[in-house]
Amino acid sequence: MSVTTVPARTYALRQPNWLARVFDYKPFLIVVCLAPAVGLLAVFLTYPLGLGIWLAFTDTTIGRSGVYVGLENFQYLLSDPLWWGAVFYSIVYTAVATFGKFALGFWLALLLNNHFPFKSLIRAIVLLPWIVPTVLSALAFWWIYDPQFSIISYLLVDVLHWRTTNVDFLGSPWPARFSLIVANIWRGIPFVAISLLAGLQTISPSLYEAAMLDGATAWQRFRYITFPMMMPILAIVMTFSIIFTFTDFQLVYAITRGGPVNSTHLLATLAFQRGIAGGELGEGAAIAVSMIPFLVFATLFSYFGLARRKWQQGEAND
Amino acid sequence: MTDVAAQSSNVGSATPDTMAWDSRARRMVMIYLPLACFIVILLFPFYWMAITSFKPNAELLNYKEHNPFWITSPTLVHIKHLLFETDYPHWLKTTMVVAIASTFLSLFASTLAAYAIERLRFRGSAYVGLGIYLAYLVPPSILFIPLATVIVQFGLFDSPMALILVYPTFLVPFCTWLLIGYFKSIPYELEECALVDGATRLQILRRITLPLAVPGLISAGIFSFTLSWNEFIYALAFIQSGANKTVPVAIVTELITGDVYQWGALMAGSLLGSLPVALFYSLFVDYYVSSLTGAVKE
Repeated sequence: MSVTTVPARTYALRQPNWLARVFDYKPFLIVVCLAPAVGLLAVFLTYPLGLGIWLAFTDTTIGRSGVYVGLENFQYLLSDPLWWGAVFYSIVYTAVATFGKFALGFWLALLLNNHFPFKSLIRAIVLLPWIVPTVLSALAFWWIYDPQFSIISYLLVDVLHWRTTNVDFLGSPWPARFSLIVANIWRGIPFVAISLLAGLQTISPSLYEAAMLDGATAWQRFRYITFPMMMPILAIVMTFSIIFTFTDFQLVYAITRGGPVNSTHLLATLAFQRGIAGGELGEGAAIAVSMIPFLVFATLFSYFGLARRKWQQGEAND
Repeated sequence: MTDVAAQSSNVGSATPDTMAWDSRARRMVMIYLPLACFIVILLFPFYWMAITSFKPNAELLNYKEHNPFWITSPTLVHIKHLLFETDYPHWLKTTMVVAIASTFLSLFASTLAAYAIERLRFRGSAYVGLGIYLAYLVPPSILFIPLATVIVQFGLFDSPMALILVYPTFLVPFCTWLLIGYFKSIPYELEECALVDGATRLQILRRITLPLAVPGLISAGIFSFTLSWNEFIYALAFIQSGANKTVPVAIVTELITGDVYQWGALMAGSLLGSLPVALFYSLFVDYYVSSLTGAVKE
């Protein structure tokens, strides 16, 4: 051991040049270490965020820098039925998909928390939908939802004889909306399940033992131990899930592109259609900015709503 | 490892034998049956994707004479079409370059940042950490329109370089947060010893902290790679020319032509585009699970 440290020390002593000394000066080192990360985030995240809010108040189009027009873009959006439609569907999409993801994901996490053969293999398989590029699995769903050759229609019509006609998944508004929600739930289950499984594994078994000695039923153990103990992690996972579901883009763009008759536009796809495809950068930015209040509200609601209940629960138990 | 069901079956074993059978049947219905349903539903789209990419067109569009769930005469014609008659190899290469470069860039930036925040402790370091974390909550859907104008200003429009520089905006916050957690788990005493021995801060980072944080670096690296491989909206907005597109974007915009969809080629493209991440994933499953759960618990 001493043999290895001695040359290191002489090395350090022999080279007290100015460069080494500067890099050992703590304030300088802190600045150097933070510079790449903070620089990247400032240039490509903070600046565009501010620029986006500015663009929303201008009439910029692609190739022409616009002038300040005040609230005109937003006034236009408020009178635009397409924007209201996108707001409506974004809220429905987020609410139904989040509910589905958490109900099924929690169930899957509880199932995976048991002992059974090939447990780690099954856990690995379960994460697959989350690993694979969303657009590519969305294409698989598009093919599954095909009006003529849908495999689900084939099962219902030719195998089970439950229906006589093919299901029209993407041809009319409400079926298309729900088809997209199902695809989103499918993609979201693994993330929720694996995150919640991690939370379940931190709950001490002695709590369950104590409850069982007191004669608690399985439902009571879930309701009064598992659920309250999971609150903090549920709050975090749900906040993330709501933010990324509300601002989803890929699934809708890959499967319906907002159709039929613009019934499945989310705010993000509408912003893309107006801002990039249509070239109206100012209006697209206004649509994107109009997502921010919803996001802030949803985040505060899910985070503080759940976190406060956890705090109350903790207070009552102590 | 909490195990409620195992405990309840232990309790059950104290009761007569009929109860034991009952609990086994119950376990079957309560655990294995739903679990099997979950796995079938979660995997079916992949099976369908795979089987479609090897079916000849005649079989693909005729359910009456061919069982759609199986292939009678598998063919490589779709994959051949993809590899030799489209730009697919080029798209794969672009995606690979972008994913690897942005992964290394974000690992570099976030290792230094995490080290500064966690180990060099300065006044306000907690706020810098919180700020970086909040950056993760800003979704790309809000940013892509102004970012497109920024990219044009920098003259990077239609170049893979734009993606390499932009992807770290969602990779750095995640990696930094993950690495802060890992650095926290390394005993500070090790660094103090090295300081007493006269090592400089950078020597400590390179020779002591980084080697011990290798599992964290691998987790952050594979996560960044997967996220950059899967990224869609920036690549769609910033890349115009067919040759520079990444795989997910190119399949949606270049392979879908006309009203008759080439389902075989589309599914083959999706399968090939998913394979690299799936392979990567199968090699590092444990790192994925630990980084996913670690980041959530943090």
